[in-house]
Amino acid sequence: MAKAETLLYLDGVSVSFDGFKALNNLSFLIGRNEMRAIIGPNGAGKTTMMDVITGKTRPDEGELRFDGKIDLTAHDEAEIAGFGIGRKFQKPTVFENQSVRDNLMLALKALRGPFATLFHRDDDAERSRIDTLLATIRLTARRDDLAGDLSHGQKQWLEIGMLLAQDPELLLIDEPAAGMTDAETAATADLLREISKTHSVVVVEHDMAFVRALGVKVTVLHEGSVLAEGSLDHVSNDRRVIDVYLGR
Amino acid sequence: MTLRFLSGGLTGGRLVMLALLLASAILVPLLNLALPESHPLHVPTYAVTLMGKYLTYALLALALDLVWGYCGILSLGHAAFFALGGYAMGMYLMRQIGSRGVYGDPVLPDFMVFLNWDELPWYWYGFDAFSFAMLVALVAPAILAFVFGWFAFRSRVTGVYLSIITQAMTYALLLAFFRNDMGFGGNNGLTDFKDILGFDIQSDATRAGLFAASALALAAGLVLAVAITASKLGKVLIAVRDAESRTRFLGYRVEHYKLFVWTVSAMMAGLAGALYVPQVGIINPGEFAPANSIEAVIWVAVGGRGTLVGPIIGAVLVNFAKSWFTAALPEFWLFALGGLFVFVTLFLPTGIVGLARTATQRLRRMRKSEPDARNTGGSVTTEPRGQAAE
Ligand SMILES: Nc1ncnc2c1ncn2[C@@H]1O[C@H](COP(=O)(O)OP(=O)(O)O)[C@@H](O)[C@H]1O
Ligand SMILES: [Mg+2]
Repeated sequence: MAKAETLLYLDGVSVSFDGFKALNNLSFLIGRNEMRAIIGPNGAGKTTMMDVITGKTRPDEGELRFDGKIDLTAHDEAEIAGFGIGRKFQKPTVFENQSVRDNLMLALKALRGPFATLFHRDDDAERSRIDTLLATIRLTARRDDLAGDLSHGQKQWLEIGMLLAQDPELLLIDEPAAGMTDAETAATADLLREISKTHSVVVVEHDMAFVRALGVKVTVLHEGSVLAEGSLDHVSNDRRVIDVYLGR
Repeated sequence: MTLRFLSGGLTGGRLVMLALLLASAILVPLLNLALPESHPLHVPTYAVTLMGKYLTYALLALALDLVWGYCGILSLGHAAFFALGGYAMGMYLMRQIGSRGVYGDPVLPDFMVFLNWDELPWYWYGFDAFSFAMLVALVAPAILAFVFGWFAFRSRVTGVYLSIITQAMTYALLLAFFRNDMGFGGNNGLTDFKDILGFDIQSDATRAGLFAASALALAAGLVLAVAITASKLGKVLIAVRDAESRTRFLGYRVEHYKLFVWTVSAMMAGLAGALYVPQVGIINPGEFAPANSIEAVIWVAVGGRGTLVGPIIGAVLVNFAKSWFTAALPEFWLFALGGLFVFVTLFLPTGIVGLARTATQRLRRMRKSEPDARNTGGSVTTEPRGQAAE
């Protein structure tokens, strides 16, 4: 990857919950169209980092910038989503009482105001976009079923499909392979590699085979800050990384 | 445009309900006015008025279902919007009394004469015009809902806390309207109405007309609610109900959606209240009582939350039972109501309509499986299901 322009910039970000520092002076950069894997033990602050980027949690201190000038700390979840940051949650969160198709339809990039949606009509372009997404996430046959009836792995895929439907510039993906079979995990890695050709992606994952399959730069988090950064081979030979994470 | 919205949502039971409402708007007045009292199909006037009252309750229940069933906002204060609409209508009816009041003042309602007021307060201006009063019956609840919702939804008050402040809202209004110096008749409220739009409010024809108006208003409310819930906005509302924070991360401003449906719902409730008052002949602060709002929640739960038709059925059935109980066993009504609520919560979480749906689904499945007994294993629905990616 050429030295790309920075899309996401975190500098000295700290968050504490009742005195406990979930993020501690965390700093890193994500380039445009870069894919980054984030690993680290449970409780390292990976999910909290995504909460901070997407406006769910406000940092106590530090700087968070997107696309050069946008100060993310000054905006709420809906605005940040509007800037082009999409998110998949650690626990798959889809709209269980609505069809797979409607889940994608709700996520599709479109005007988000109540009057725009009240008078919204689906057209051929929208239908074919949804068909393409359904094929990508292999849920074409389940399009009319309730999202709540999908298997855990399928919900993960639906949520990735919803992310794609939003067409954000930056995708934050929290533990996508959890609950998937080996075949599904491999397919997910393929899908993410495909997505990263045109999007920036941050993936949090524990599954080392999956991270290896992604073949991208890895950032290791520990106790709320960056412990090591580099290729997977580089970080897995790092003494401290082995001590706190890989060695256990 | 509207037709396109409806094509998706106006199906099955909703279509039947709409047809029933439109038919009764014509038939009930006809059977009341055109047939002699001796005729077996004659509908007596008291029954017309009673049913008309039930229909206004049904409109209130429908309004509540829109926010509770589709957006997860459990309002325990919807009677406030209903009562505000009722007061707007009551003020119009008071102005129509003119000099026929006990004190014979050409402008001032009796209670103002009694309080030694010598002129009409500014906020009573304009209520001699029916159209203005109707406008206020919609706009006053809308403004209250908008202001309340603006603060509550922006600060992300949800769940039980929101329900509690809706109770506080209606309770505060109850106390305010009790005060004589508010200028709404205090404890006694507004009553002794004479006529509406020039027609004697007690006459059979007026009663029949009010019934028809209630049935048509409910039909219109149903069509509006179907249009809203079948649109993409309706799907966003359900998304908010089921996974509010997820909806935010998709870029939807949840508070705007809540504010929209909350305000629309308040206007429907206001219209219901405006139709209720001329049929019962009085509006007083008791309509703001927290218990009224809670009763409305029970109607919705009994009929089936999130079904639109269910709340209409629930409101009519529960109130029919209430009329019977308060005549036959008045001291047991509250126990019966409480028991009903517990029963529905425990055994009928989807209400009467939900039960009917499950039953028809089961029946259909049984019929389907008869000729093809081998093919029943595992499948839960009657539609052929695609195979999951394996
Ligand atoms: N809302 C919260 N309130 C209190 N503690 C929290 C909250 N969110 C996260 N934490 C704590 O912060 C730490 C980091 O959590 P998290 O970011 O979920 O870790 P990871 O995703 O890396 O496993 C954990 O110790 C967790 O208990
Ligand atoms: Mg986590």
